[in-house]
Amino acid sequence: MSEEITPDQEVYDRLLAEGKSERIARAKAKAAAVRASKIAEGATLGPKSSEEAQKALESARAAAGGGGVATKTAAPAESAGAQGGGRLPPEERAARVAASLGNGGKQPASMGVPTSSTHTHRLLALVPPAGIQQVQSKQMDKVYTWPHLLLVEFVALLAAGSLLLIASFFLDAPLGSLANPQEVPAINKAPWYFMGLQELLAYLHPMVAGVSLPGVFVVLLMAAPYVDKNPSAKPENRKLANMAFTFFLAFWGLLVVIGSFLRGAGYAWAWPWVQGLGFTL
Amino acid sequence: MPKLPTFDDVKGNVQDNVIWKSIFRPGSIYRKGYRDTSRDRALASMNNVLYHLHPVKVKRHGLKLTYTYCLGGLSFFMFILLTITGIFLMFFYTPAAGAGTEIAYLNMREISASITFGQLVRNLHRWGAHAMVFTVFLHMARVFYHGAYKPPREFNWVVGVILLLLTLFLSFTGYLLPWDQLALWAVTVGTNMAGFTPVFGDQVQFVLLGGVEIGPETLLRWYVLHVLFIPFITVIFLAVHFWRIRKDGGISGPL
Repeated sequence: MSEEITPDQEVYDRLLAEGKSERIARAKAKAAAVRASKIAEGATLGPKSSEEAQKALESARAAAGGGGVATKTAAPAESAGAQGGGRLPPEERAARVAASLGNGGKQPASMGVPTSSTHTHRLLALVPPAGIQQVQSKQMDKVYTWPHLLLVEFVALLAAGSLLLIASFFLDAPLGSLANPQEVPAINKAPWYFMGLQELLAYLHPMVAGVSLPGVFVVLLMAAPYVDKNPSAKPENRKLANMAFTFFLAFWGLLVVIGSFLRGAGYAWAWPWVQGLGFTL
Repeated sequence: MPKLPTFDDVKGNVQDNVIWKSIFRPGSIYRKGYRDTSRDRALASMNNVLYHLHPVKVKRHGLKLTYTYCLGGLSFFMFILLTITGIFLMFFYTPAAGAGTEIAYLNMREISASITFGQLVRNLHRWGAHAMVFTVFLHMARVFYHGAYKPPREFNWVVGVILLLLTLFLSFTGYLLPWDQLALWAVTVGTNMAGFTPVFGDQVQFVLLGGVEIGPETLLRWYVLHVLFIPFITVIFLAVHFWRIRKDGGISGPL
């Protein structure tokens, strides 16, 4: 991991006083601190101002012996036309690389492009403004998925898995007697997630309770994002939506609880402490 | 006596091997030379078929357990767990019923009584199924209360509602398979309701039951729906669901 860099407090205060934003001041102060530490380590740094850059370029050109090309760094397009295909001659290119690296004309071995080479790469291209995709997204505080998120997910997975394993070790899934279409059991209930519907059946016509009403609810649920035009996601701004949804959940929850625990033989009302729990998962 | 290789020597040699390097792509934490740098952290999720469900970076607030409670992930985990335990159970189960050929119910008895780990796996499958219905419900509630279905995530909410219905249908078709009294009559209640569908009631019930009442045909039909058809549809919708999370800009929030 990279070591912590202490921003240059002096530069930071000065930039803040000049009215720069906190973010820019912090970045520049950090850069100043890095530069200072590099210089302290004896590193040669690249040119800092345009005059300096120009001077370094001239000297690098002289060193490379390719002084014939009189182009400015700021106007590469002029030479591009003259050279054809927008390419720089290798000497000029090497000179520019050396100048920007600020090491007085000698090329580091790692740069790898010999001065005599006739092969050059186009590192830059002109992009028309129309070709740039405008992305308007805010900078967000993000972290790497590995290891941060994957670790959390792994722990959640282990926890849920072991919970289920422990439950499965101690609680056996029910298995009744063989299915017999002739023998209607006294307590006859759907799985718990359909108990809300079954409970509704006790009050309404089956066509309403069993099909139409759930159908309407499903359509409403799917339509929610298109109906709810409120752009805010803050709870304090969407009291109506939250209240409606809470009522919806509470309504079904209540029906499921009544149907599951408070109905006994013949689907009549039954207190579980009187007639026992007529409920199987 | 020759010097024994240390653990690190062996590890280094194994990881430097052509086969090992062909299996673990660059950036894998199992590959030699993994360093805890930004580049390798990015590669770790990019170069792995499972992890690249996730983007390389995620919003920091999403790491907080109390934001998502991992409910979507746990629903998916339950789905995987149910697939694995379900395949195990399929080895020992035949969807055949009817007078004189009550094989399905006999198989259930055998799974509980004489098959190694049979009861445990069946328990895992049953409780896992209930847990999945529950986590999917909670996931939906969490998403609603965070307003996470708002643009651009409207369609993914719709996909989610479809997945909820598929989960219910998966669970409900599985409910019949033990072919005991509990299963038969719970399913009777459910399919009678479907019979009250306006206009097409009888047809809907006939298609669901494979006949006019629950019988061996229903068992076979629901078995195929349960182990093949609905999981297949569910996987397609899951793929769309996960893909849309990323296309819609990752998880919602912060609030």
